[in-house]
Amino acid sequence: MGFLDINNATKSYGSVKVLHETDISIEEGEFLVLVGPSGCGKSTLLNMIAGLEDITSGDIAIKGRSMNGVRPADRNIAMVFQSYALYPNMNVGQNMAFGLEMHGVAKSERDKAVSDVADLLQISHLLDRKPGQLSGGQRQRVAMGRALVRNPDVFLFDEPLSNLDAKLRVDMRTEIKKLHQKLGTTIVYVTHDQIEALTLSTRIAVMFGGHVQQLGTPKEIYDNPANIFVAGFMGSPSMNLFPATIGVENDGAVARISLADGTIASLPFAPGNQMAGHDGKKIILGIRPEAITDEDGADRKSHAIHRIEARVEVTEPAGSDTFVVSQFGGKEVTGRFRADVDVYAGDIFPFAINMEKAVAFDPKSEMRIG
Amino acid sequence: MSNTVRSQTGNDWLRDALPRIVLSPSLVIVLVFVYGFIFFTFYLSFTDSRILPSFGLVGWQNYSRLFSIRAWGIAVDNLLIFGSLYIVISCVIGLALAIFLDQKIRAEGFIRTIYLYPMALSFIVTGTAWKWFLDPGIGLQAVVRSWGWESFTFEWIKDSDMAIYTIVIAAVWQTSGFVMAMFLAGLRGIDNEVLKAAQIDGASNWALYRRIVIPQLRPAFMSAFVVLAHMAIKSYDLVIALTGGGPGTATELPATFMYSYTFTRNQMGIGAASATIMLMSIAAIMVPYIWSELREKK
Amino acid sequence: MATNASSNVIRTGAGARFVIYAILILFCLYYLLPLYVMVVNSLKPLDEIRSGGMMALPSQWTIAPWQSAWSTAQIGVDATGLRPYFLNSILMVVPAVAISTVLGALNGYVLTKWRFRGDTIVFGLLLFGCFIPFQMVLIPMARMLGLMGIAGTVPGLIFVHLVYGIGFSTLYFRNYYQQFPTELVRAAMIDGAGFFMIFRRIMLPSSGPIAVVCIIWQFTNIWNDFLFGASFSDFDSQPMTVALNNLVQSSTGVKEYNVHFAGAIMAALPTLLVYIVAGRYFVRGLMAGSVKG
Repeated sequence: MGFLDINNATKSYGSVKVLHETDISIEEGEFLVLVGPSGCGKSTLLNMIAGLEDITSGDIAIKGRSMNGVRPADRNIAMVFQSYALYPNMNVGQNMAFGLEMHGVAKSERDKAVSDVADLLQISHLLDRKPGQLSGGQRQRVAMGRALVRNPDVFLFDEPLSNLDAKLRVDMRTEIKKLHQKLGTTIVYVTHDQIEALTLSTRIAVMFGGHVQQLGTPKEIYDNPANIFVAGFMGSPSMNLFPATIGVENDGAVARISLADGTIASLPFAPGNQMAGHDGKKIILGIRPEAITDEDGADRKSHAIHRIEARVEVTEPAGSDTFVVSQFGGKEVTGRFRADVDVYAGDIFPFAINMEKAVAFDPKSEMRIG
Repeated sequence: MSNTVRSQTGNDWLRDALPRIVLSPSLVIVLVFVYGFIFFTFYLSFTDSRILPSFGLVGWQNYSRLFSIRAWGIAVDNLLIFGSLYIVISCVIGLALAIFLDQKIRAEGFIRTIYLYPMALSFIVTGTAWKWFLDPGIGLQAVVRSWGWESFTFEWIKDSDMAIYTIVIAAVWQTSGFVMAMFLAGLRGIDNEVLKAAQIDGASNWALYRRIVIPQLRPAFMSAFVVLAHMAIKSYDLVIALTGGGPGTATELPATFMYSYTFTRNQMGIGAASATIMLMSIAAIMVPYIWSELREKK
Repeated sequence: MATNASSNVIRTGAGARFVIYAILILFCLYYLLPLYVMVVNSLKPLDEIRSGGMMALPSQWTIAPWQSAWSTAQIGVDATGLRPYFLNSILMVVPAVAISTVLGALNGYVLTKWRFRGDTIVFGLLLFGCFIPFQMVLIPMARMLGLMGIAGTVPGLIFVHLVYGIGFSTLYFRNYYQQFPTELVRAAMIDGAGFFMIFRRIMLPSSGPIAVVCIIWQFTNIWNDFLFGASFSDFDSQPMTVALNNLVQSSTGVKEYNVHFAGAIMAALPTLLVYIVAGRYFVRGLMAGSVKG
């Protein structure tokens, strides 16, 4: 049993099931991110943890205590909303103290808690302002401050950074991560931004269509996606996915890929693979852009670098890297080359592929193989 | 993901039911005093009620008698004349004034205030003012004659054939400023870039309004029509104050007919039947309107 | 229509502008004419009106018609002037407006922030109630007021206006609260505030503008009502509009036009004052009651 347990929880509106049977358990101090495209059920799940939505069936428990039928106010949680939801008629100090006031905390104690948190977040100078007089970043801080003051068991964040501009979003992301490391609080965080998920979390639940597609650490999710959806959703640019056929050459399993000029390339799987049993099977091969490089940029620790000559269709210099687009198996494939490689559209160029990072999926079930 | 806060299914029944408890007095009031009463009156329209409600059913007799009463025929004809003129003239004046006011007019706010103030007045006040202004003995006719045009005649308010038009004059005076405000709001909601594009395409101002602007005012026309039609059917105070339904029954409208048959002539069954017909005609206009409004907002 | 500075991009020539201004000013005169007639004729002796001088300024200024209309004119059987009826209207309007506004605010709050199955139907029922021809409820309401023992009294009128005012006040607050961010309510729930606490501390402080709109609308409507006043009041509980109509329509004695005009202005003054002071909100209320949105 963990600190926060979601056991077989579901949610339906009438006959529409928006969240299917879900099991998630996290320990105290973990940072769980629920990530997925809009409509995947992540916000519904967060609202169910908060008590803002009923649970249709199943159970949610915090610290071993079932939360079914417990009011949001009595769950000892705090929430940071996408719009920040600062009370427009109260100043910053009153906003932060409101929850304590409602819970009957004495004035002197409230003031102390508010000033401590304001110091921590460096918003002490804003305490007398109204929300309307604050910038987006300041509102964001106040919203976090209002949650922190309560000193809750679990913090809930509902897309807290999506209303900020790009630069501020990155700064606040770092800030939230620092805060988590410093305070060691348990956090459930909803976002549709997979980079936020990867950078912030200790655990990620990737959601789609009301199902948790995969639950794991950021590294597990990134390196070993459970299915094609997770592979495609996590990572930017996203994982290259293209058809291939498994074959056996020299007692080792290979993936055969048809190239744009009609030739077939064979890519041996990394040592220790279990692909040989699938001889002749059609698969979807998944390789991340950073595992498709120029030869000098290939990972030197890898034991499975293989070379394919292919035609370059487009190059996209991005400053630190150059993205090079070609076609494998009839699909566009992006490789991440070093910035100073001389490569131009139309060239036949050697691509170095790190097969240690390749994953294979069944085209029908879309699940990972081997 | 609904836009609302769902209450928690807790053991605290009162806490969960509180919102509905708060709403329930209003709901009960409306169910009894609007829908219950509508049903009651509807029922009475099939009874032999005279001075007091009575519950002897007489079938459709009140309705067939109603349509044979001359005064009711006049009232319905008057409503058609009054309603259509009132709606058309108010819309024409309202639209014209809105378009003119939308030309970067100096003191626009002040002019708007003048156009709209009649809406704040009671129809009884409006009726009183126009009653004496249109009175041939002291009003417009007497004034013009005292200025030297001895043969000037304007006696519509005393003339059975023309009196209904004096009601149109006063009603248009009262509400056309409001219609102007509705159209002005519609005009202000039109995207300026579309107008610029049309100007670059070489459209004249006239073409601009006729082809681009006015077609986009459809929602404002709809609203104006619904509001004006519903006011026309309910018109009562203005007629009472301006002409009292006269001369004779020349300016009788369904609303005044209902009142006099029910409370003065003690023909409650017929009064109830006429009220039912008024309700049906308003429902025919309002129900689709409310329906579309509620569906849009889901 | 607040301070709507953004006019369109259409340009008009000088000649056209002259015509436009002329038309606009002409209509100003049209709308002001009855007000002018009422004011000048309430300040002149009766024989000046009778001799065809309705449009002229008074040659002899007098406030006697005002005094007469206020305190001595014959209304019905008594020569009391309009004063007692003015008081009746105030006694009727204040509680009816206050109660219907409070109920409307609570209803709007429930219908937008505590939604339940069937809430749209409830709102639809309330909304349709705003637009029914009141002829449809006159007969049973007369009976009901009798049963309740408040027939022909000011409390009876308060009750009637309250009942038929709820629909509009609910409409205003519901449409306003629909724009109010639900996340604020959720935040307050998590902070531990209950139903009434959220209403008092979160919703009400932001409800100023719509409360003004609603109060003005209800005030104007109820003050100006004639049908209910005429149907459900006795001689001593008549509101201002009914008394004014009695004054003007009385068939006995000489028609004192100047007194009628003074009385009409008295009946118009409260709502006119509200319009002049808070016209912006008045127009907003008119629009919200009719235009989509």
